[in-house]
Amino acid sequence: MFLDFFYELRSRGVPVTPLEWLSFMEALVMGLAFSDLVRMYHLARALCVKSETLYDAFDQAWLSVFKGIETPLDIREEIWSWLENPVLPAGLGEKDLERFRQAVDLEELRKQFEQRLKEQDERHDGGNKWIGTGGTSPFGHSGVHPGGLRVGGHGTGGMAAQIAARRAFRNYRSDRVLDTRQIGTALRKLRRFAREGARMEVDLDETIIQTARNAGDICVIEKPERVASVKLLLLMDAGGSMEPYARLVERLFSAASKASHFKDFKAYYFHNCVYEQVFEDMSRWKGVDVEQMLKTLDGSYRLVMVGDASMAPSELLSRYGAIDYYHRNEQPGIYRLEQLNDHFERTVWLNPMRLHLWRHPTVIRIAELFPMFELTLDGLEKAMEYLAGKKTLPPDVPEGPVRYWRTDRYY
Amino acid sequence: MAKNFFIFKGTRDYIASPALCDAVNVAAALERPLLVKGEPGTGKTLLAYSIAKGLSMPLLTWHVKSTTKATDGLYVYDAVARLYDSRFGDKDVRDIRQYIELGPLGKALTADERTVLLIDEVDKADLEFPNDLLRELDEMSFYIPETGETFKAKNRPIVVITSNNEKELPDAFLRRCVFHFIEFPGKDLMERIVRVHHPDIEKKLAGQCLERFYWLRGIDSMRKRPSTSELIDWIAALLAGGVSEKVLRKELPFLGTLVKHEDDLEKVNRAMRSNHW
Repeated sequence: MFLDFFYELRSRGVPVTPLEWLSFMEALVMGLAFSDLVRMYHLARALCVKSETLYDAFDQAWLSVFKGIETPLDIREEIWSWLENPVLPAGLGEKDLERFRQAVDLEELRKQFEQRLKEQDERHDGGNKWIGTGGTSPFGHSGVHPGGLRVGGHGTGGMAAQIAARRAFRNYRSDRVLDTRQIGTALRKLRRFAREGARMEVDLDETIIQTARNAGDICVIEKPERVASVKLLLLMDAGGSMEPYARLVERLFSAASKASHFKDFKAYYFHNCVYEQVFEDMSRWKGVDVEQMLKTLDGSYRLVMVGDASMAPSELLSRYGAIDYYHRNEQPGIYRLEQLNDHFERTVWLNPMRLHLWRHPTVIRIAELFPMFELTLDGLEKAMEYLAGKKTLPPDVPEGPVRYWRTDRYY
Repeated sequence: MAKNFFIFKGTRDYIASPALCDAVNVAAALERPLLVKGEPGTGKTLLAYSIAKGLSMPLLTWHVKSTTKATDGLYVYDAVARLYDSRFGDKDVRDIRQYIELGPLGKALTADERTVLLIDEVDKADLEFPNDLLRELDEMSFYIPETGETFKAKNRPIVVITSNNEKELPDAFLRRCVFHFIEFPGKDLMERIVRVHHPDIEKKLAGQCLERFYWLRGIDSMRKRPSTSELIDWIAALLAGGVSEKVLRKELPFLGTLVKHEDDLEKVNRAMRSNHW
């Protein structure tokens, strides 16, 4: 069961590494939590979870594994049997396991533990002195605080489950909507500075150091100026179905335009799909020809498309399919999207709709073209990682029948 | 050699939740750095002061800035002073050691007793900063190439690292830390915190202050919600101004101590109107 918890955490998206898991074991072996399940809950969380956005997932995992457990004594045997034969989760090198085996002298540990337990039986004094012995091995030896051990039924296990059940950290989940600052933080993932080709400047620190090392003879060191090197192009859908997300997109725009770490930042709007023109200002229909735009912006711009990608299939696939009645597009929308995707080296599509609503014919079609991410903190970060050239993959469009959603009603 | 575990339970002027105490204790026992995050004003920085006080250990602080480099924390080699001395001074410049100034981390690693080291706002520095510290924090030792000396900590310090989430911290760094997120205190805990800072406050007034404070925090889409430390300041202002609980029912004096953005003030005013104050 103990290992179940590890896998439960992993399956809920908490990236616990085997080494972190070992630290948790180490803490248990040191006796930091044998007596008290609430304490064990705290330990597990402090050692296995490294972001408040994962606290909620942790709580859920805890609930599903430890719900019926009353005291840690109930799982003590299990911890021991695990320690005796530490099967470790996949991913842990044999080396780490070996180190763990060597570090823990089980015989000794067990003896000490039983001893403490006996002492505990004899005096229920409820003190709070922590005794630890050993400490030379990396995993520590023993050290159970005698006051806390409870032999018998009245443990605090239910309380730990209660704490988990409160799910007080639901609000910190990263798949929630974003504020400008969070967006700004996510956009910083795109930050790249280059020291190439730019003007040279005197590297004062290095000059002084080298001069001093040079016994006082002046030795001037130059280096190229540090300049931001990432250029960003943001194309945003301002169509009717985007209305519910207007504030979200607005925040994305304001965060991106305030970010000072882009060499250049350009933003345009489109209406449901991109046709001949994109717009600087949607209300005044002040347009720029896409062809012209592609001539001025070279392929090194990172392209971020923002839109729900949900439209009538004809808007995407047909000539003259544009939603605006008077607009007669000679090329179907998909042609423009392909053109954009081909022109820019790295592109992503941010969709404010949740993943389970992506079974829409045009969403599926566009997601085949652009790496599509959810416009949530998590999705945005992944998208930025992707843009920055990391091996992050967009989520798969879920299986199921194709549906035409009224997008504004299903968020 | 027997080693006693420390047990941190908060101090008289710093109230720590059980989860936070456990995180501190496990970090101290496993000798891992403790990474603390949380809303601004929830006492991340003060935690280190409280640990130092509670466990009677000396505190070393390292306030990280955007220009801070990892080696600054270990030591600074003052080449300029040495150059100056070689030309105009009368010191023996062959001894480089006198031009090595230890930084906070360096001091913590060379101290004779166990210390508490606060690395404040680690996310302010460059993205690579935490990675550059990995080895020193892991092995608790460092090497000074200028003098060829290696120092190894006799007593591994309790390292408290705070972050405001401005930058994502590298995974390798996170794996080595014990992590705790300081939750925003609920009303009960907040009342205790208020009592610690303003022991003489009337119960009714305190209640009304908290009432108003949580109402403010509940307003939708505030850019910056007021924090604990701002509440403490606000109450101090109210007490100094002799504002009574009755007044507080009708208006919000000294709002500037709680709300710092113009947009937010607007929102508060709107919310007050719609609640028919």
